[in-house]
Amino acid sequence: MSAAQPWTEAFRERAPSLAGAALPWLAETRRRALDRFVAEGWPSARSDAWRHTSLLSLEQENFVTPAAAAQPQAAERLRAVVDALREGDAGHWSVFVDGSHAPALSTPGRLPAGAEVASLARILDEAPERAEAHFGAAEDGYSPTALNTAFAADGAFVQLRRGVAVEEPIHLVFVGLTTQAAIHVRNLVVAEAGAQATIVEHHVKVHDEPLLSNVVTRIDCADDARITHLKFQQDSERAVHLARIEARQARGSMFASHSLSFGARLARNDIVTRFDGTGCETLLNGLYHVDGKRHVDHHTVIDHAEPHGTSREFYRGILDEAGRGVFAGRIVVAPGALRTDAIQRTDNLLLSRQAEADARPELEIYADDVKCAHGATVGRIDESALFYLRSRGIDEERSRNLLTWAFAAESLSRIGIASLQRRARSALLGRLPGGAALARALEELG
Amino acid sequence: MLEISQLKASVDGKQILRGIDLSVKAGEVHAIMGPNGSGKSTLSQVLAGRESYTVDGGTVTWQGQDLLQMPIEERARSGIFLAFQYPVEIPGVSNAYFLKAAVNGVRRHRGLPELDAMDFLAKVKGEMKAVGMKEEFLYRSVNEGFSGGEKKRNEVLQMSLLEPKLAILDETDSGLDIDALRIVADGINRLRSPERAMIVITHYQRLLEYIVPDFVHVLAEGRIVRSGGRELALDLEERGYGWIERAPAKGAAPAAESAR
Repeated sequence: MSAAQPWTEAFRERAPSLAGAALPWLAETRRRALDRFVAEGWPSARSDAWRHTSLLSLEQENFVTPAAAAQPQAAERLRAVVDALREGDAGHWSVFVDGSHAPALSTPGRLPAGAEVASLARILDEAPERAEAHFGAAEDGYSPTALNTAFAADGAFVQLRRGVAVEEPIHLVFVGLTTQAAIHVRNLVVAEAGAQATIVEHHVKVHDEPLLSNVVTRIDCADDARITHLKFQQDSERAVHLARIEARQARGSMFASHSLSFGARLARNDIVTRFDGTGCETLLNGLYHVDGKRHVDHHTVIDHAEPHGTSREFYRGILDEAGRGVFAGRIVVAPGALRTDAIQRTDNLLLSRQAEADARPELEIYADDVKCAHGATVGRIDESALFYLRSRGIDEERSRNLLTWAFAAESLSRIGIASLQRRARSALLGRLPGGAALARALEELG
Repeated sequence: MLEISQLKASVDGKQILRGIDLSVKAGEVHAIMGPNGSGKSTLSQVLAGRESYTVDGGTVTWQGQDLLQMPIEERARSGIFLAFQYPVEIPGVSNAYFLKAAVNGVRRHRGLPELDAMDFLAKVKGEMKAVGMKEEFLYRSVNEGFSGGEKKRNEVLQMSLLEPKLAILDETDSGLDIDALRIVADGINRLRSPERAMIVITHYQRLLEYIVPDFVHVLAEGRIVRSGGRELALDLEERGYGWIERAPAKGAAPAAESAR
């Protein structure tokens, strides 16, 4: 039996009932995507881009395709999870359970005219022409993305008309309910010229069972659009989280991505942006924490295809116990992409002897008159800083916790929106040793 | 208060302190001078407990306790304060958080109630004014991007907040212009009291014009080779360190002998 056979069978069974199944362009894209996955299989260490993060073990697992309708008996538990996450925030909240939009749990709030947050399934059923140009192709990304393309039928469809600015963050909550579910979500963000919004993906758990969460988020930024995307990955510690975040940027647009990876047994994030016009700006910011035997991998590509582009890239990892962190950042400066200004940094803090970090910058520069800098560090708690704190009467454990927090704080400080920075802070402090005491003290001093 | 006897210490297998004897009583100010590489900073770091130095012999008794057995933070809480020659930058930790954690750590140890945020801020703002630091420094990361003078003021601020029994000032004058030097010295002098001792480590006599010591010791090649009153510092200023390094080393001589 071929490793892909369960997926072929699941596809045969599910494809006819997926949203948009009757659309020839979509049916064709899905079929080709499945063929591609069957041909390529799960990525293994043989492929350079997956050298440190083989997914071959997924061949051994039997995933189930969850039913589209949420189980009613779980409604209360889900409600509790969503309420805890909202913390009373009145903004815009859309919830997806096992990959399907859950209107009963969603409180989209009042969006300004020209801004829309809808279920992609509904758009595919009712107005598929709005999604067609943004959906993506069977060839996109690596094979897990192809699997997503074959199966994904829902997710958020966010459209921002010309010049519309949404003040409050648009929150998208993804909860996996079915044990051993394979959840394929596709989010599309379409920002017309000059539009502005912040989109927050929360991946949260309602139980500690294994599941596969495979998410593709595509973001189209038209001229001068400004889109910030923030992802809180707090999946179950037995989950596998695969994500592709792909932006396309037109002239003068700004895209920022903040990837906070705190959960999952294995998490792989491919974050990609391409400058299709001059004067684009991008910020890729990431922070991850792994302990136990957990593994997190960020692969990024910034394609400076046009001149006068600026990119800033900062990834930081805190690696405890036998945790492992991988970062590979590719920056491509195309011929003629003059005055490109790119900075990439990755820093890793090892808290144990067993922890491991791999960092690999890849700069491909085909243009003159560019500024590109990169740096990578892997280190332990700074002994002089530790001595300094202890010499002021702060005990060793607390000093270590404080320095660990301080290392992460730099990443959090780049999240420009105070409410999101606060969320990130409490999510991180919830994980770090001594975090609760630190949280209280930081709160007190403001 | 502090009794150092035949203290020997090394770093990376290289011996730096070769038998230091020094006795410091409450209320006294001792200056330790000496050429670069003589072991001045090593002495201060060993007293504060830096773990990268190995103590190879000798004893240090602090208020009747074996100092060398105490963890770093215990030394600090029991009243030893080292003002660093090169204060460490700690990005991501606000000065306010750092200072409050330090103050309350020491207060707990002394059986005093911890200060809440309001009381702490009131106290720290008062002390900052006294050392000429702007309030914004509270909300900046510890020493990050501070100028040399600002870092040294931050050290004196910490010292005044922690109210140590023994303050060790390691080259606190280095990198300071004359105005900053005066402010820092004023801050230190305000803390002089009959209950508090100080060890002032300096390469130059200049600082001792502002902080007048009771005793001056000269360190060379890991030993105290001369001890005297403040006149000794003036001698050194005039004649340099060469004559001392060439002279046969003797232990700590009584103050009267080395007077001019």
